[in-house]
Amino acid sequence: MTEKKIVRPYGDTTGDGMVQVSFTLPVPHDKRAEGAAVQLANKMGIDPAMLVHAKQMGDGFTFFVVYGRVNHLVDLDKVQVVERDFPLLSAKEVNTAVKQRMRRKLSVVGACIGTDAHTVGIDAILNVKGIAGEKGLEYYRELKVTNLGAQVSVPELVEAARREKADAVLVSQVVTQRDAHLHNTREMSAAFREAMPAGKRPLLIVGGPRFDETMTGELGVDRIFGRGTTPGEVASYLVHALITEKKARA
Amino acid sequence: MTGKLGLDPALVARARELARRAGQPVVDLARSHTTVSVERAVLRLAGVTGADPDGIPWVNRLVDAVVADVGLGHGVAAPVFDALAREQIADVTLLAQKAAAGSVRFTQPTGKAATAARKAARRAVAAGVRQIDRRRAERDRLVKRFGDPKQRPWIYLIVATGDIYEDIPQAQAAARAGADIIAVIRSTGQSLLDYVPEGATREGFAGTYATQENFRLMRAALDESSRELGRYVRLTNYASGLCMPEMATLAGLERLDMMLNDSMYGILFRDINPIRTFVDQRFSRQVHARAGIIINTGEDNYLTTADAVDEAHTVTVSQLLNEYFAHEAGLADWQLGLGHAFEINPDLPESFRLELAHALLARELFPDAPLKWMPPTKHMTGDVFRGNLLDGFFNLVGTMTGQGILLVGMMTEAVVTPWLSDRDIALQNVRYVLGAAGGLHEDFVPAPGGFIQQRAHRVLGEAVDLLERIGDQSLLTAIAEGTFGIMKRPADRGKGLDGVAKHEADYYNPATDVLEQAA
Repeated sequence: MTEKKIVRPYGDTTGDGMVQVSFTLPVPHDKRAEGAAVQLANKMGIDPAMLVHAKQMGDGFTFFVVYGRVNHLVDLDKVQVVERDFPLLSAKEVNTAVKQRMRRKLSVVGACIGTDAHTVGIDAILNVKGIAGEKGLEYYRELKVTNLGAQVSVPELVEAARREKADAVLVSQVVTQRDAHLHNTREMSAAFREAMPAGKRPLLIVGGPRFDETMTGELGVDRIFGRGTTPGEVASYLVHALITEKKARA
Repeated sequence: MTGKLGLDPALVARARELARRAGQPVVDLARSHTTVSVERAVLRLAGVTGADPDGIPWVNRLVDAVVADVGLGHGVAAPVFDALAREQIADVTLLAQKAAAGSVRFTQPTGKAATAARKAARRAVAAGVRQIDRRRAERDRLVKRFGDPKQRPWIYLIVATGDIYEDIPQAQAAARAGADIIAVIRSTGQSLLDYVPEGATREGFAGTYATQENFRLMRAALDESSRELGRYVRLTNYASGLCMPEMATLAGLERLDMMLNDSMYGILFRDINPIRTFVDQRFSRQVHARAGIIINTGEDNYLTTADAVDEAHTVTVSQLLNEYFAHEAGLADWQLGLGHAFEINPDLPESFRLELAHALLARELFPDAPLKWMPPTKHMTGDVFRGNLLDGFFNLVGTMTGQGILLVGMMTEAVVTPWLSDRDIALQNVRYVLGAAGGLHEDFVPAPGGFIQQRAHRVLGEAVDLLERIGDQSLLTAIAEGTFGIMKRPADRGKGLDGVAKHEADYYNPATDVLEQAA
């Protein structure tokens, strides 16, 4: 079977293009509201649109579920994503690489910066407990982890990175509004650029569900990790960026 | 002991005794220290209101001025009312303004001046407490007139737009859709502000600032809804963070009905100094007791960082400690919304039976407390369909184990702040489960010696073991060593420590005086 280049959504038959969407319109439920929902679905490229559920909520809102055939095509050749460009290592391989090639512990400093008090992200990556059965970075014998926790100011973070001689700084941003995660990240990367010369700066890594992984240049960081990142991926990246790549460049 | 789990009454009594032993030194600490926020709460009761042009409340300016002149350890009431007499000013807020401008000097009065200052302070603070009493009587009247919700658990919904004027129609819509309790989530980071913002606010991050005016506006709106719906709709906010005592006071003055008020949450999750927290907490609970406010404790949070099966007993331990601290501060059982949560990994075999065992254990340990049952968050993903199913099972445990307060879970928990439609779908979920299985607790009796009973016994046993270990070393050490929720919090670190002082021999706090006299 040759690999397909053009695909359409799949309901129950190849090429049927079926999708399901739900949304709310700020109108009371009546015939006109249902027509409005179908009009929106049509404009989204769903044609024909089957309105399968409509329910009024409160005074002036109606919730809709629409199924239908979407007329858009997806060209797989034109998809742009950040593919993992480093090999995934086991904890043992990470430890061996650090021990043999750095000959000291690799120092990692992590924090949630700004007003974000949600440490779930940074804790999932750093705490021994880890996530989804995978142990966090604290579990790696050759990594020295300093978890500063929540609501850490940028100056505090820079100071801790200096004190701990951080090879890498991990910043998590989970709950953000009005693009605060982007603002905080720019502030953080600028502070590190100002505080340390280029060769001495730790690797800057940010993570969180709202980030676009392609924005590293714009935010001034080395790597962005999105939803579903595991500690193993982060550890593998650290080895890749701090050991493999550095050696290759030298 | 009777009940569905066949718990050993001697073991339950032992658990309570151990909690008392672990908590007693902390109470002693709380009784011998004060904080800037306790003193500001006293001044709020005495009638200081408003803020300077920069938005810093006059209570902050006044406490700062007194502390600069005489320190914190005497309590601010006597120096403030002494200055009021000397300056011949009738209004404490006016004194605060003068003090902020630097035109008043404070001294710690002695002899007759001290007696007079204390008497005047007590009179002013007693008037504030009487206002809280009036608001409580008003609540009792309104509950009598409009009635309580028809079903248990009460349905608890969260509103969080950042803008109080957006919150109000959302809260009223939620009440119309079936919510019995509205909680207005605070702006992220408010817990670390060492002052209470003033006025109606329209800017917040992932929540709305808790201010006295916002409290008043929302309570008035929900009174309207209560009238319309024929049931009293309750309002919840947060007495937590660095301003815990002031939040409790403002809640009492504005007739809020429930307050989140955990004994250890701020320490563990906000890195607030342990001593600051325990001192603030005791005062805030004394106010809640007087105001007839139901507190909600935060045990659910432990399970978001620690494993819900391995660490289930830390929830029980924290509930027992929260109960001890609450009783000591004068709260009655009906005011203890002890928290727990549905946070076991759904991929774990028998996870639902484990949840039932834990929820039933809490129910049987605290038969007269309106337990607060919290929905899954940790194992909620972007898969909203699975999330909705999980919330349905959460609701089922809630009704099968007779929980008092059910915080409605949102299928979009890990995705967005709840949309209008998310809330509607979530409420349909609750209504279906309560409608279809509301009486199931009558039939649900776990098999003697079966899985659920065994699990509950094991968790209680582990809780007793942990309390025994804490008893050997003290609660502050246990917290310092990361016993709860993994975080390590030593007593000499954390935010807000500089706002703590040990009582001097002549420490005077008229509010504590009035509140403890009643008990």
